[in-house]
Amino acid sequence: MMQPGLYHILFISALLFFIGVYGFFTRRNLITILMSVELILNSVNLNFIAFNKYLWADKSDGLFFTIFIIAIAAAEAAVAIAIIINLYRSHHSIEVESAEEMKY
Amino acid sequence: MSGSTIIFYMLAALTLVSGVLAVSTRQIFRAAIFLLFSLIGVAGLYFWMQYEFIAAVQIVVYVGGITVLIIFSIFLTQQAGEKMPKQKMGRQMFSALAAFCGFALVMTQVFQHTFTGTDRQPLEQDVANIGTQMLSVNGGGYALPFEVVSMLLLAALVGCIVIAIPSNSPKAGELKSTKLKNESV
Repeated sequence: MMQPGLYHILFISALLFFIGVYGFFTRRNLITILMSVELILNSVNLNFIAFNKYLWADKSDGLFFTIFIIAIAAAEAAVAIAIIINLYRSHHSIEVESAEEMKY
Repeated sequence: MSGSTIIFYMLAALTLVSGVLAVSTRQIFRAAIFLLFSLIGVAGLYFWMQYEFIAAVQIVVYVGGITVLIIFSIFLTQQAGEKMPKQKMGRQMFSALAAFCGFALVMTQVFQHTFTGTDRQPLEQDVANIGTQMLSVNGGGYALPFEVVSMLLLAALVGCIVIAIPSNSPKAGELKSTKLKNESV
């Protein structure tokens, strides 16, 4: 096996991204959909760090993008969970099929 | 094969296997635990690339914060231990096919492209450098995005409280209106 480099990291992060996409398509529960979104965001962070390390190691822009993405992901997860708990309070279910008032 | 290579493949296997299990298991609590291991694997990859600060942030925010938040919300909204209903086979097949096609498309593009990086002296990514650049207002500094993100976090905090307050009880409604009044002032 070769020494792992940029292409290995890109392979892993693309695989992680599409695992998250698969979960996003198949899941019908809002919390598991949120977990899939977290996987997708993590794969993006991994990409930024890999590009920063292997291509532009004289700067640290990718590192700062990762820090800001982590902060925004934390805010997004908190708001999403507040919405989910509010939805559970009014519908007693967090399946996506039960929240369809705005569908038509 | 060196030790570093072996560690890399072990971390990659941990990340990907627990990622697959997190999106495919039918018990939601187990899905949360597999997600935890997948996030730890990503943090390990950051350690492997010698970005220790990002790895520490990943562990503190994702592993320690978001996963615990998700587990709490599972306990608040689900009967723990109950299995989720099985998905239709057709939907699973179609989703797997779509994900695989997207993956194949991205990978062919990546492997056809040759990345040309810089050959300048690598910057040392220690915490002192990161802190100096993050709070710098000169060229290449990140003081403005830092402030914007702090405003976003404040807005998310207020938004979470407003969303999660129960609206049917009069006491909570009173609380909400006073909060809105305070904001407008």
